Amino acid sequence: MNMKVNIAGVELNNPIITASGTYGFGREYGEFYSLNELGAICVKGLTLLPREGNPPPRITETYGGILNSVGLQNPGVEAFIEYELPELKKYTCKVIANMSGNTIEDYCKMAERLSDSDVDMLEMNISCPNVKAGGVAFGTNADTILNITKEVKKYAKKPLIVKLSPNVTDITEMAKAAEQGGADALSLINTLLGMAIDIKTRRPILANVTGGLSGPAVKPVAVRMIYQVRQCTNLPIIGMGGVTTGDDAIEMMLAGSNAIAVGTANFMNPYACVDIKKGIVDYMEKYNIDDVNDISGKVIVK
Amino acid sequence: MSHDVYKCKVISKKEIAPNIIDVTVESKEIASAAMAGQFLHVKCGDDISMPLRRPISICDAEDDKLRFIFEVKGRGTKNLLLIDDEIDIMGPLGTPFTIDNDKYKNPAVIGGGIGTYPLFKLTKELDNPTVYLGFRSEAQVTLEDEFNSVCDMTVVATDDGSYGYNGYAIDLLKGKIENDVVDIIYACGPKPMLKAVKALAEANNIPCQISLEERMGCGIGACLTCSCETKTEGTWKYKRVCKNGPVFWSTEVVL
Repeated sequence: MNMKVNIAGVELNNPIITASGTYGFGREYGEFYSLNELGAICVKGLTLLPREGNPPPRITETYGGILNSVGLQNPGVEAFIEYELPELKKYTCKVIANMSGNTIEDYCKMAERLSDSDVDMLEMNISCPNVKAGGVAFGTNADTILNITKEVKKYAKKPLIVKLSPNVTDITEMAKAAEQGGADALSLINTLLGMAIDIKTRRPILANVTGGLSGPAVKPVAVRMIYQVRQCTNLPIIGMGGVTTGDDAIEMMLAGSNAIAVGTANFMNPYACVDIKKGIVDYMEKYNIDDVNDISGKVIVK
Repeated sequence: MSHDVYKCKVISKKEIAPNIIDVTVESKEIASAAMAGQFLHVKCGDDISMPLRRPISICDAEDDKLRFIFEVKGRGTKNLLLIDDEIDIMGPLGTPFTIDNDKYKNPAVIGGGIGTYPLFKLTKELDNPTVYLGFRSEAQVTLEDEFNSVCDMTVVATDDGSYGYNGYAIDLLKGKIENDVVDIIYACGPKPMLKAVKALAEANNIPCQISLEERMGCGIGACLTCSCETKTEGTWKYKRVCKNGPVFWSTEVVL
């Protein structure tokens, strides 16, 4: 049985990736199981300089999901390269560096710096809903996506994944713009912008007022968007949004993704990634599928 | 690794005050590793409808018995109340209280409301602590006899004066500091109480440990959602209540 997948020339041992922001730099979940179990780790969103993030509360549960507004708390790209990356390179899983910035120049500088490091791929986050400047501001306009992707590609010597925001009218326009700009792969979806109010105090639960919705509640939106994007591009797709079980992963792959990322599910079950991988294997055995790549995009729509 | 996920059999469950549920489960692994001040990350329902676990402090742990007490407050704890067979628990988690009976000969322990429960195991392990427990009203007064059985001095205060001292527990602690020696303070309770304890301790140069709570995601330090503000600048201005805490030195944090 083949579980290996190839994303823009980088071979992953299996299609399981950790979603940025839910898994830190792997240290905490690495106590539960070996990180060799994973296809890749996509690390906590990095910025050029350290960021302190938003004030708490930063998280709340909603029906079937969670809202978060961490605001990209991270040690900055240099500290990542010095202290976190060497730890991650001890494992067979690939390392994807997730980049966020306020300006195009920020992204270019990070892409240049990270390309000289041992990371395997770069993920450009132009869809974070929790920061004021940059982030989602770049990711909701096709012309801006085209421009920033083109610019960052000039500095990226590693495959560049563009992470798309679902907070748009037509996701295919954004996907096409990223492809035209030179993206090597796409990842979708980032969180959906949401809000929750405490009816007793009449105040928003999150200090940031709004936050990003993730978890099982968003999965149908993710599956639909991956399906639509698959129809308009041949770029590899990393699908994410509420994948909690092996069945969810299969569904997302049928819709068109080549690998899947697991985020919120890690909070429910620290072994989620391992269990999801096992669930994929069970499905392949049941349906006599020898190669996991044979599932991708095989949804039958008459 | 000192923590993991276990299915823990429910041994007993009773309502000890209105909406306050006292649970004992069987878990040799968690109970034997648990330290005073640590917490459990408890699954309250199925993955799909309730994706987040709920952090609940450890009240006591002995042999293979693990005890925690929670307040039924929202849909998570309402659902947890219904689980009678096995509870899915991750633990023990977080940084415990610092206990040094050689260094601190005169510890004071102060708790408010449901914040009194995490102090029980601590009180058992301290030498000669003075314990102050504050509650809203007589109906909420719980565990007084148990605290009394593990230390020489437990004083209860109620906000409305319906039981014990009429007023806040911190007034009692203030009196103790003025008239006696207190060389360390341990506190857990509502934020206004913790603010007052922190101010009192720092005004008197007494080391003080406080246990905080915050809305939590992963519970193990990866997701950075349960943050509390500290005096550190930069990336770690907001520290992780689940990993760096829940117990902090009062001088570290901004409340």
